[in-house]
Amino acid sequence: MAQRDAEFIRRWLEAAAEAVARDASRLTELDSAIGDADHGSNMRRGFAAVVATLADQPPTDPGGTLRVAGRTLISTVGGAAGPLYGTLLRSAGKALGDDPVVDDERLAEALRAGVDGVASLGGAAVGDKTMVDALLPAVSALPDYPAARQAAEEGAAATVPLRARKGRASYLGDRSTGHLDPGAASSALLIGALADAAAAGAEAGGAEAGGAEAGGAEAGDD
Amino acid sequence: MTERAPVGIVLVSHSAEVAESVARLAAGLAGGGQLAPTAAAGGRRDGGFGTSSELIAEAARRVDRGAGVAVLADLGSAVLTVQAMLAEGDELPRDTRLVDAPFVEGAVAALVTASAGGDLAAVAAAAGDAYTFRKT
Repeated sequence: MAQRDAEFIRRWLEAAAEAVARDASRLTELDSAIGDADHGSNMRRGFAAVVATLADQPPTDPGGTLRVAGRTLISTVGGAAGPLYGTLLRSAGKALGDDPVVDDERLAEALRAGVDGVASLGGAAVGDKTMVDALLPAVSALPDYPAARQAAEEGAAATVPLRARKGRASYLGDRSTGHLDPGAASSALLIGALADAAAAGAEAGGAEAGGAEAGGAEAGDD
Repeated sequence: MTERAPVGIVLVSHSAEVAESVARLAAGLAGGGQLAPTAAAGGRRDGGFGTSSELIAEAARRVDRGAGVAVLADLGSAVLTVQAMLAEGDELPRDTRLVDAPFVEGAVAALVTASAGGDLAAVAAAAGDAYTFRKT
């Protein structure tokens, strides 16, 4: 089983920042349908700040890296995604403690704790048309990274027919149906970036499982 | 209860104007005498609509006199950001509490109670009671 260090988390979050920047206008477009049209710009600002903070003062362990990234998101995103994604990363970071290296199973458990934190903060369950619809099936599939990517994408796509029960979109009632939830869409990007980082590590290391599915890393398949 | 340090009040809104206006309104409706310290933390630092954890932390530090800080928030990210900060433990003064209350009515009730020397529990209860004032 692969070992994950601070550098792995940093590569994940850098890949997430790139994906969010690339898809910022799509996220904002999704958010303009059922939200307040700021999700793309908020996420881009937040993840750019994460990359800058980690480059400036890189923590030496994966847990510390996640905690710093979470704190940065809470202070820079400016919308509900800030405390929600911030709590995801921070709770996961706390679960990892200060160990310099963790294996995939521990990282998976920590990310499950992070998603529990998100669900508890937002009071959301699967089916409420939120980030949780993409995140929960994804972390359940870990440590199989390609399966997590697929679960996140399917979970996000499954929000389209749902009626929103949380957040601003819930005010729209039935008019929220027929739209992809922007938070679920950005969650799929975050999980996709994690799978990319794992695939890149597998290619570089040569010996890790899951490398055969790494093609998605370059395909931009969203 | 006049000698005790007052509870501080922080008003968190998506809008800087709303937070500041509600602070002024509450001060105006709270009447004369010494008012408990109140600070507005509205919008993002760049002026846009949204929530800034840094503005919230600064406001809480500004009004903290050691007797606790009552935070009222409008909705969505304002509420979630305060909750996420409280969960962390070291980002807000000790004895900071997110008060479950309607924003405008709760702010008035909180300021009146805090200015009269009520402790944090009394301030939170008074603000929460504002939910029971039906309008129809």
